[in-house]
Amino acid sequence: MNTSTQCIIIGASHAAVQLIISLRQNGWAGGITVISDEAHLPYQRPPLSKAYLANTVQDEQLALRAPAAYEKLDISFKLNTRVTAIDTDKKHVHLDNGDLLSFDKLALCTGARARPLPIPGADLNAVHYLRTMDDVKGIQASAATAKSAVIIGGGYIGLETAASLTKLGVKVTVLETESRLLKRVASPQVSAFYLRLHTEEGIDIRLNTQAAELMGDQTLSQVVCADGTAIEADMAIIGIGVIANTELATDAGLAVDNGIVVNEFAQTSHADIVAAGDCTNHPNPILNRNLRLESVPNAVEQAKAAAASLCGGEKPYAELPWFWSDQFDVKLQIAGMNQGYTEAVVRGDINNGRSFSVFYTANNKILAADCINRPKDFMLAKKLILQNIECNSASLSDEHIELKSLLQ
Amino acid sequence: MPVINYVEFNGTEHSVEVAEGVSLMQGALDNMIEGIAAECGGCCVCCTCHCMIDPQWAEATGTAGQEESELLEFLDTREDTSRLSCQIKVTAAMDGMLVRLPESQY
Repeated sequence: MNTSTQCIIIGASHAAVQLIISLRQNGWAGGITVISDEAHLPYQRPPLSKAYLANTVQDEQLALRAPAAYEKLDISFKLNTRVTAIDTDKKHVHLDNGDLLSFDKLALCTGARARPLPIPGADLNAVHYLRTMDDVKGIQASAATAKSAVIIGGGYIGLETAASLTKLGVKVTVLETESRLLKRVASPQVSAFYLRLHTEEGIDIRLNTQAAELMGDQTLSQVVCADGTAIEADMAIIGIGVIANTELATDAGLAVDNGIVVNEFAQTSHADIVAAGDCTNHPNPILNRNLRLESVPNAVEQAKAAAASLCGGEKPYAELPWFWSDQFDVKLQIAGMNQGYTEAVVRGDINNGRSFSVFYTANNKILAADCINRPKDFMLAKKLILQNIECNSASLSDEHIELKSLLQ
Repeated sequence: MPVINYVEFNGTEHSVEVAEGVSLMQGALDNMIEGIAAECGGCCVCCTCHCMIDPQWAEATGTAGQEESELLEFLDTREDTSRLSCQIKVTAAMDGMLVRLPESQY
């Protein structure tokens, strides 16, 4: 393969790391340059709200690969550098330092950014978002002296952050505008469990509660809710979802529709440009629909498809989505996606203790499973879903029937 | 630094140095050894960093915890010596250890 060809990857993300490794494995002999507006070599994002915030994982353990690995692969990084525009005709990118960089192939691994909260006071000191390593360093600095924190948003990031701050000895209040936690992603049963869990751990969860204003003299001192209630707080974290970073793609004329539109080979509407990870809207042949996912496994597997495409091959991306979340001593593993389920079948005791699974079914087929401290159920659920096995709710809920007996 | 001998399913051997305290999983990733997927990055969640530890090193690595055992239980490629490489931190006692990798992590 031509050694003078250049591949530029925008974003030093999980997708980017898999892409460079898969490019080299597929025989890409040309240059590979990764451009990132962050100061760090690629690092793991999932632990940020979990073990990293709680101080049980240090910076070097967060690195996705040791720096020497990139040297061996002959990868160049341009950190603290932002791409301001992509010229698809001349095939170069504009950088914020005024430079132009030419490419033969381009990969967009731009990810997503925290959704801003448009209320007064969101720019006060000790008010944070949580998306990057530097965000968490800021949160830790505030937490070192804070006695109390308000978390705005009862989704996974908000709840994981609540658990981690509690471990650090901070008194936490979570505000959620909806009538239940995790409403966008979880069933009512699982939402109720997480309400119980956090309440048992001493966290003050306030549902149907909207933050209206953050107040303080330069530094946050209280959060005022829409109903007028004021909550004293030394720090606040806003976790109300993300926005996919699609602006560069839109400006370059690529197809964008709730994410950069790609096919199963991670190809965009431009022949020499691929995209992978949280920023893409892609087809999933297992679920039989298009979707945009916020998930590391998705980023990694899609990057493999993208690398194959850049090297002239074809490796369709077709994986069952899966997710996980750590909060206190509870590990949640989710297999599949539950949209369209008609029945939620509980296996185990959902009302007491911290170990059960919920299977989401339609027409006697499992669409998804939420497994709470049940790794075995998770592994079997993945098989049952992928093999499209019929199982009735009675056998799923009866713990005397082993799940593995349902496998054919 | 301890040397770990990773052997891919096709027989390809990689003898690489892995610092003490680093996981067997990370040691494979940092040396671009194919056969470890490590989707979750080492949190004992995904079961895609499966490896087989040569029996003579079993004492050095210890045994799998409950969570790890449950994940491994229904893996198609499971063997008696199966472990998740994210759960084993390299020590001086593992110098020269033989680690076999399965045909697939899925």
